[in-house]
This record gives sequence, C-alpha cells and structure tokens, in this order.
Amino acid sequence: MRALRREVVLQVLLLLCGLVVVLPFLWVVAAGFRTQISLLMGDFWFTPSLAAFQEVLFSKTSAFLHNARNSVIIGLASTAVSLVAATLGAWSLHRMRWPRWWVHLLLLWALVLQMIPPVALAGGWFVMARGVGLDNTLIGLILAHATLNLPMALWMMGVFVRDVPQDLVEAARLDGASTPVLLWRVVLPLVAPGFAAAGVLCFVFSWNEFAVALNLSMRDTATVPVAIAKFAQDFEIRYVQMAAAASLSAIPALLLLLVAQRWIVKGLTLGAVK
Amino acid sequence: MWRWATLSPALVLLLALGLLPVLNLVVLGFFDVRWADGRASWSFVGTRHYAALAGDALFGASIANTMLFALGAVAGQMLLGFALALLCSKVTRGRVFWRALFILPVLMPGIVIGAMWKLLLNPDFGAIGQLFELVGLQPVDWLGNARIALFSVVLVDVWHWTPFCFLLFLAGLESLPRDVYEAATVDGADAWQELWHITLPLMWPTIVVTFVFRLVLAFKVFDEVYLLTGGGPGTATEVVSFTIYQRFFTEDRAGYGAAMAVAVIFLIFLMLAAAAAARRRVQAA
Repeated sequence: MRALRREVVLQVLLLLCGLVVVLPFLWVVAAGFRTQISLLMGDFWFTPSLAAFQEVLFSKTSAFLHNARNSVIIGLASTAVSLVAATLGAWSLHRMRWPRWWVHLLLLWALVLQMIPPVALAGGWFVMARGVGLDNTLIGLILAHATLNLPMALWMMGVFVRDVPQDLVEAARLDGASTPVLLWRVVLPLVAPGFAAAGVLCFVFSWNEFAVALNLSMRDTATVPVAIAKFAQDFEIRYVQMAAAASLSAIPALLLLLVAQRWIVKGLTLGAVK
Repeated sequence: MWRWATLSPALVLLLALGLLPVLNLVVLGFFDVRWADGRASWSFVGTRHYAALAGDALFGASIANTMLFALGAVAGQMLLGFALALLCSKVTRGRVFWRALFILPVLMPGIVIGAMWKLLLNPDFGAIGQLFELVGLQPVDWLGNARIALFSVVLVDVWHWTPFCFLLFLAGLESLPRDVYEAATVDGADAWQELWHITLPLMWPTIVVTFVFRLVLAFKVFDEVYLLTGGGPGTATEVVSFTIYQRFFTEDRAGYGAAMAVAVIFLIFLMLAAAAAARRRVQAA
C-alpha cells in the first residue's frame, strides 16, 4: 500500500514535469493554426486556420519546401561523410599500428575542434569557400557539417571499434581476408549499433545547425533553421508563420524519436557512463 | 598502406577543414580585408586588432555575459536534471515513456527553441504573460528589460538542455550497483543518507563529465540569443559567438572578427588546460 502511494506521487510529479516540457510545444503549434490578429489579441479560444501553414509551404514569399530539400540533402550527405570518415578513422587509430603520440594528438585536436564556436570556424570557412568557389553551394555546407559532427562520430565509433574482439579479427586474417573485406564483413556488422546511433545524431545535429548555415548560405542554399530565423527578421515579425515553420521543422526529430529512440538514447549517453 | 588509406578521410576533414580555417583566422587577424567586386584586398595591420581588442568594452561585456550565462544555465540544468533523473529512476512503470518525452527539447533545433520562446515570452500575447495575469502577477518584459534579459535567456537554455543532463544522469543511476543500496537499507539508512553517502559519490564521475560537456556547449551559445534578443537590450545578452558574428559577417570587419575568434579559441585552450591541471591535482591528492 505504501509502495503504491509512493508510485502515484512520483507519477504525478513526473506528469507535472512532462507538462512543462509539452505545453510550450503545444501552445506554439496552436499559434501556427491562428491568424496573426487572433494571436496578437491573445484570445484563448480561436477558430483554427490553415493560412499560416499554407503560406509557409506554398506562397511565393516563402521557400520552405526548397529549404527543407536543402536541409535533407545536407543532412544525409554530411552524415554519410562523417560516418565513413569516423568508422574508418576510428578503426585506423584504435586498431592499427600508429605511434601513440600521433593517435593522442589527433584525438586531442578533435576534442579542441569540438570546443571551438562554430561561428568562429564559419569565418575561416567563409574565406576558404570564396577562394575555391564553394561559397553558396550545398557542397560547402555538407563539408562544414561533416567536419562539425566528425569529432562526435569519431568518439562514438571509437568506443565500439575498441570492443571488436581481436580473435575474430585474427580468424578473418587467417582466412585470408584483406583489410576492406575484414572491415566490410566482420567489423561493420559488429559496430552496426554505434553506426546507427552516430548516424541518427549526425543527421539531427546537421538538420538543427544554424550558425554556420546562416553564414555560408544564400537564398537558394538556405536551410530550414535559416528560413525560420528569417520570419523573425522581416520588418514586421511574422509570428504565426514563424510558429508554423517551427512546428513543421520539428517533424523529423519527432519521427526519429518514434522509430529510433534506442539509438538516440544510446548515442547521447555514450561516453558519460562508460 | 591501409593504415593511411583508412585514416585519410578523417584526416582530411580534421586538418583541411578543421585546422586550416583556424590557421586562416590567425593570419586574417593581422590584416584588414576589404571586399570589392568579389575580390578581397588585404592590408597588413600587425597587432593593431589585438591591441584594439584589449580596450573593446563590448568584447569584455560579451566574455563576462558568456561566462555568467554558461555557469548559470549549466548549474540550473544539472540540479533540475539530477532531481528529475532521481524521480524517474524511482518509478516502476512508464520509465521509457517519460524518458522519450523528456528528450524532446534536446532534439529540437536551437532556432526553433528560440522562436518558441520568443512567442511564449512576448509581453503582449505570450503564454507566460497570460499565465502571470491569470494568477494576478504583474506582466514582465522578459527579453526587453536589460536587467533580466540574460536571466531569461538562461531560463530558456535551462528548459532546452535540462533533459540532456537528465538523460545522462538517468543512465548513470541505472548502471549503479544494486547491492550497495540493499546493504544500506539493511543498515537502516534513510533516503537522504542514501543520496548523500551512496548515490552522489558513485555518480561523481558522471556528474563531472556532464558538467564539462554542457559547459563547453553552453560557451558556444548562438542560435537562441540570435532570435530571442539579438544581443540586446544594449549589451545585456551579448555573448562571444554573437559578437564574433556581428564583427565578421554583419559589419564586414573580417580582420577584427578573426582576431576576436582567435582570442576566444585561445581562451578555450586556457580553460581546457586549467581543467586538465585541476584534474591532475585531484588525482594526485
């Protein structure tokens, strides 16, 4: 009986915390279904209207679908680049014969890179991209996001790569497997959970990234976060459109949370507990 | 041969795209750059930017604000996150559901968090203002009042990242050995003693890792400030990322912005070295 009462009290407390998380989201989604006047009047009840969503998605003053396309391309491509570089690199650094100082130096640099504000890097990239004609291209942003996410991916893949049993590697070697065959047939299946976790997070972080995308993109290469910020910056802030666009941009994260929660949790907690 | 082949993609990213822009900034910091007809003309100014930086009140304010912001936000997130994790670890049902729900803000773009709270905190029609009115409190201009604007941004950041601390702490709590707690219960320890003498010491490594990780991320804050306050009112919420952005990109003073970025990177190096030294000292003691 006491245990039951305790459980009920704890669940109620969790519910209250859950409301603090969920209510702001619901209020903003609801704001997306208002008209600007209804929002500014601040009435509690309102007649839902699709006008803001329609304007964000289909009007000439908004390029949201195009922005979403850019974000998806940049997200998928930069994730692929990060994952390949991180998996191969982690194998090389942790399981092949390198001088120790070299391994430590590279991992330390990856750590420092992670700490540098992206805006500072964006300054350097901006000058470089202009120099080689990659400014205002998707490729420039893909490479930038791949670099931003590489330290995290390298760290995560390192944790998994070190766990690959040496016996299996030697057995494969005895069977005459070359390095690519070994990596493809033996290592990759074993590190697949890490691959999935790192992949989901790389994509989410690329989709969310704003500081670099803002400065390395122009009209036709702008990503979703850049488009959302734009609604707040016009001469008159377009509140309901901003709410609608923000709601739409949350969809990928929601979907991933539904289908890949395991990998997200694994990825985010990796390293802190180990 | 395979050694280099497998390392090369990561090496290219780390050096050509990681180290080169930093070196670029270092060089740029000694120059003035003018863009004319899409071509850059560089003129050498020596250490003039760095000398100016030392007397730049705005830069000083933004360093102070960033530190205040990072410490305040991370402290709030750690405390609330720990309390929430303790709560969640004690329930027997629905733990996976609550965890999924609480992660939600972490996965959202910073700019969306900024947009959301710009709406919620709006003094004229925001939900928070309406809530205050409902319980008979005076409306507060959260983002427009210079005295509380930084505090408001800290609150938003706490809302955004508490779930991340919660997640790490919950994972840590779930991996603690059960038998220690059973022994404590047999010895008649109450809940506070258990927390103070068992949970906190065992969780210490997780707490330190979470603190350092969050502090580093908080130091890079940009998105929320960009949308919520734009550094204002005045210099109340000016943070280093935003100041660099303004100098480098909106004012087109690439040389000065680069010098500022180099100074910030150097500062981060110093903090990293200090943290490493502190750790060595603790381990030696």
